[in-house]
Amino acid sequence: MNITEKILAKASNRSRVEPGDVVFAKVDKVMVHDVSGPGVITVLKELEKRGKRVEKIWDADRVWITEDHFVPAVDKIAAQNLVMLDKFSKEFGIEKHFRYGMGQYGICHTLSHEEAMVLPGEVYVGGDSHTNTTGALGCFATGMGHTDVAYVLLHGKIWFRVPETILFKMNGEIPPYIMAKDMILKIIGDHGTEFGNYKAIQFTGEAITNMPMEERFTLTNMTTECGAKNGIIDPDQKTIEYIRERRPDAKFDLIKSDSDAQYHAIYEYYVDELEPIVAKPHSPANISTAREVSNIEIDKAYIGSCTGAKYTDLLAAAKILKGRKSKVRLEVLPATQSIYHKAMKNGLLDIFMDAGAVIGPPTCGACCGAHMGVLAKDEVCVSTTNRNFPGRMGHVESKTYLASPQVVAASALKGKITDPRDI
Amino acid sequence: MQRGIAHKYEKDNIDTDVIIPGPYLKIMDPNELGKHAMEGLDVNFIRKVKDGDILVAGNNFGCGSSREHAPIALKHAGIRAVLALSFARIFYRNCIDGAHLLPIEIDREAYNDISDKDELEIDIEKNEVRNLTKKRVYKIKPFPELIKKIIDAGGLLNYTQ
Ligand code: SF4
Repeated sequence: MNITEKILAKASNRSRVEPGDVVFAKVDKVMVHDVSGPGVITVLKELEKRGKRVEKIWDADRVWITEDHFVPAVDKIAAQNLVMLDKFSKEFGIEKHFRYGMGQYGICHTLSHEEAMVLPGEVYVGGDSHTNTTGALGCFATGMGHTDVAYVLLHGKIWFRVPETILFKMNGEIPPYIMAKDMILKIIGDHGTEFGNYKAIQFTGEAITNMPMEERFTLTNMTTECGAKNGIIDPDQKTIEYIRERRPDAKFDLIKSDSDAQYHAIYEYYVDELEPIVAKPHSPANISTAREVSNIEIDKAYIGSCTGAKYTDLLAAAKILKGRKSKVRLEVLPATQSIYHKAMKNGLLDIFMDAGAVIGPPTCGACCGAHMGVLAKDEVCVSTTNRNFPGRMGHVESKTYLASPQVVAASALKGKITDPRDI
Repeated sequence: MQRGIAHKYEKDNIDTDVIIPGPYLKIMDPNELGKHAMEGLDVNFIRKVKDGDILVAGNNFGCGSSREHAPIALKHAGIRAVLALSFARIFYRNCIDGAHLLPIEIDREAYNDISDKDELEIDIEKNEVRNLTKKRVYKIKPFPELIKKIIDAGGLLNYTQ
């Protein structure tokens, strides 16, 4: 069996599972944020209206809450939702609630690994589609809607159809100026946005072994844009060290794919051949090389989100921006408070500010077109985020180009889409 | 049995950002969400739809985020079923487990045959969709056993194993 099958078999108490089997699996961790949380609470309230009072949830220690989409509270409704979340976590004794303005907080998927909220070998359900991100820790991580998450809160388990797994072997040495973002955009461009629908996408190969943990999360993050149920990477020494640094006492099961594991399809990539890539409007699959679109003028460069505002993303952008000035609006929003703090201590924020950037607090904000820098009609943005559907980052007639932090930084310097090798 | 008028959008990858745009995600009132259904694609959508109507679309309907606001908004705009060539998985789960509306996969032939404003009737017991306007019947794949049980129970929270 491969890693996804082994985790689901264990969680459903079976010795074996096959793709297509429908199982009820035990869940280890659940997350809701300031959008899905109120949605889940609404589902539970509906149950009460029908006479089923919810007095306790299955296991408060396995539930954690983030405030990320509409913080700092955008308006009265958003503020009210946070009050609702606060009451909920107090009522049910959920202690792991990352409140903004109270120390560590940030974007849920980044916190999931930054705080080691989820461990290798676990089954993790999040009320957000990019929950796939966390699978780079070697766990089964998948996003669900309010009703499903409410069910998990009540019963600690949920149904899954065991997915077929598509394996991507990433061979070769990663060239300078190439990041995980270029790899995943290339994969989505080659295969489209629905080839992974209902399936697991697993990454392996020497490029994966050699890449820092934070880069691995960029790959699994955007398996969501392939339609995948989960993205996953077999845990290795780097995974163990990453977890140990954060939670020295954590106990977990290191589950890895068997050597004779079966895959639905296997694709090989040679990363040595890759060039910096962008995804043009309005689909993550609409790719070309950065050089092919270097005539496109931009209004804004955005470095933010669970995809592109981890510490290594900020570092990669800062190396290019150092000592230079941005020609366009440059917005930098570190993904979590801890990353913000580290960037400050290590001088990255000085580099960004010297380049002219505005630095915002951790928030989803503009990534989902909600607040904190949305795009106007006809504005063009190059962004480290993961989606560029019409209206995703603001007006439906705005345009977003998705790219790596290095391409975004280089583009900011020239005011046009730019290959970082041309700076 | 569901009977209603088809609203056909001949497009693949109709995503949750157009079904219910991001800024509305903080809204929890389902009727309020319903007022903004499909706003990113067709601002006249909610004026066209009557209670019980059916949406028809191409591949990968509902791709994008996990927001259950998407099927909720469609339902409260009046939509009772979506017929599509294929669905994004979280949207599909949300429809079934939340008992919001029926997600029904149709084949290319049925998709091409159905016109905007045709009157359709969906029968998941007989696994068919009947086009009352064109007097034709399209076969659909039966739901997997567990999913049918969840539909019959009225959603996952009412389902007991
Ligand atoms: S940063 Fe963007 S993609 Fe990530 S969780 Fe927030 S809204 Fe979703």
